[in-house]
Amino acid sequence: MSAKEMIQKSLRLRLFSLFDAKKGDTVKIVNLPVGLARSQFIRFGIMEGDIVKCLERLPGGTILIQKSRQEIAIGLQLAKNIIVTKH
Amino acid sequence: MKNNSNAPTHLEHHVHIGEVPILSDSASPKIVLVGNPNVGKSVIFNYLSGIYVDVSNYPGTTVEVTKGKYLQYDVYDTPGIYGVSSFNDEERVARDIILEGDVIINIVDGVHMERDLFLTQQLIDMGKRLLVVINFWDEVNKHRIKIDIGKLEHFLGVPVITATAVKKEGLKTLEEKIQQARQGKQNRQLHSKLHIMLTIVGSQSEALLVLEGDEFISKNHGVAPLNERESVYIDRRNRVNYIVNQIIEDDSTRKHIYSLIGRWTVRTITGIPILIGILYLMFLFVGKLVAQDLVGFTETYLGNELWEVWIRSVVTGFIPATSLVAKILVGEFGVLTMSVTYLLFLLFPLVFAFYIALSLLEDSGYLPRLATMVDRSMIFIGLNGRAVIPLILGFGCVSMATITTRLLSTEREKTIATTILQFAIPCSAQLAVITALLVGAGFQALLIYTAVIFSVLVTIGTVLNKTLKGESSPLLIDLPPMRLPRINNVFQKTVVRTFSFMKEAAPWFFLGAGVIGTLEVTGLLKIWQQALAPLTVHWLKLPADASTAFVMGLVRRDFGAAGLYSLHLDPMQVVVALVTITLFVPCVTSMIIMYKERGWKKATLIWIGTWLNAFLIGGLVAHIIGIFKIL
Repeated sequence: MSAKEMIQKSLRLRLFSLFDAKKGDTVKIVNLPVGLARSQFIRFGIMEGDIVKCLERLPGGTILIQKSRQEIAIGLQLAKNIIVTKH
Repeated sequence: MKNNSNAPTHLEHHVHIGEVPILSDSASPKIVLVGNPNVGKSVIFNYLSGIYVDVSNYPGTTVEVTKGKYLQYDVYDTPGIYGVSSFNDEERVARDIILEGDVIINIVDGVHMERDLFLTQQLIDMGKRLLVVINFWDEVNKHRIKIDIGKLEHFLGVPVITATAVKKEGLKTLEEKIQQARQGKQNRQLHSKLHIMLTIVGSQSEALLVLEGDEFISKNHGVAPLNERESVYIDRRNRVNYIVNQIIEDDSTRKHIYSLIGRWTVRTITGIPILIGILYLMFLFVGKLVAQDLVGFTETYLGNELWEVWIRSVVTGFIPATSLVAKILVGEFGVLTMSVTYLLFLLFPLVFAFYIALSLLEDSGYLPRLATMVDRSMIFIGLNGRAVIPLILGFGCVSMATITTRLLSTEREKTIATTILQFAIPCSAQLAVITALLVGAGFQALLIYTAVIFSVLVTIGTVLNKTLKGESSPLLIDLPPMRLPRINNVFQKTVVRTFSFMKEAAPWFFLGAGVIGTLEVTGLLKIWQQALAPLTVHWLKLPADASTAFVMGLVRRDFGAAGLYSLHLDPMQVVVALVTITLFVPCVTSMIIMYKERGWKKATLIWIGTWLNAFLIGGLVAHIIGIFKIL
């Protein structure tokens, strides 16, 4: 997929990074970064396609998300690499 | 280490993982408690094993393993993990113990089944004999969550019981069901994959770990790790989600007061006042009640006035007080006087109080939230939010804080945090003396001191962040629910930890006192002091006597600071001397702990670094203040 197509697709799907989610937003996870963090997310019970709520956005960019009763804090660098879409 | 090539061919043969003396010294069957962090493992462990437990560092790591005895079994408590693999030290330790276990008791948090059952299913996939305990059953009822236990047993294929461990509910049933632990149901596809690997590896557990790409286990068997972690994980997660959907009915939306408090602790506006409040309470308890009032009594009265006087009279009854042996045994730095006083009457109450505070914070679920709140500000110095815990504890006691750097995830972060602790964080004992001296020297002096120390802290962090290889790991933590800590559990944990700390520290104190005592009676201590004098007088512009304080500072940080008390310094000299003594080498205890935790190479580098840095910065401050005539 060319860069242009990707931008068009992301515009169509309204893709953005979790870092840009607003407090109170409910978002659907579209893509998780590869590596250990991904495995850890799966263990926590968060996968692509899951719906999570952005509980808090802390001043520095650390994001707090919630899925059912579980709360997970995600650092800025990681949050930037998680692609989500509005639900 | 055994090699697979000469292993017997029957399928469940076990290849041992490295040196595991803590596990291999007994032929008793092993029960291993496994679960996610904060699910109440230690409460159940304490119930089964009673108070006679054995805490030790797992070989080659700094992770503590607790072992006890229950009937004919050896019982092991493992660190909290979300899955079995090699992501960090805790997982590696848990993995090795699980591999050796005969019966696994898997404790899950009934309120977080979706997360916890992942580990459960992984243990089942490993082919372990399993018994599942759903803990926090009272909270499950309070949240009006309905869990169909019969169905869950059917899906997992292993016995499941419910419990509220802190109230001892369900624990009798647990005892009755231990015998019924059995292997559970695996996904059929995974089962066939495992069969192929099983012929090579020999045990189902290890076959699964090789399949999931565990490098360590694969290397042990001389096979390449397979790259199937992701697909196995996703299949397992889907199965768990399916099970959870089938067995749980959860229609409560009611907000719980604790979850609200939890939210307040991470928000900046409410979080900072809460942090300050908690620190103040800790200061009142550890810093004031115990470090000053209680230790004032135990150290001065019980230690100096009763114990030391008595032992001195006993020893000098046998050998003359002027002899070298008597000086080393009961002199100023006596092995039987100073070490015993420090250990029993100073360190013991401090460590006990410290562990109470730490266990309370741990059990409440506050620490991960604090880490979340400060995460961003730590990135500049190459750390993530988790590092705030050792750094804050450092203000209490640098030695203890150095131990808690264990909870950081990479060696890089541990190195940065240890360095900052050893260089720039004054401990509470030293802080008391520093505050007193600075108050005398005026507000400007206080300001200069604080600014210098803070800049050094940030500079060290930034420089290490730029020079050390690798990157900081971004924060990714699961926030456990806020809970009211149970006094019983806090107390039990504190007793066990304090005891094992004292057991470890004691020999070093006797050794240290012996060495310093020998230096003194041979006159080497005096020579040492004189050698340091030129540096003190010309570079730091301090009186010659100040070098004595630095020598004392080698032994204990607050000693060093206290040594400055009697010197009649002007405000400039106070600032210079305090900056130097703060940045100066850490006390003997924390140095020893640093050697244990970071290895001798890094520890020596850090130790020499503190010398250079302290005198460099101290001298610079002296000359800059001199040139600008600030004070």
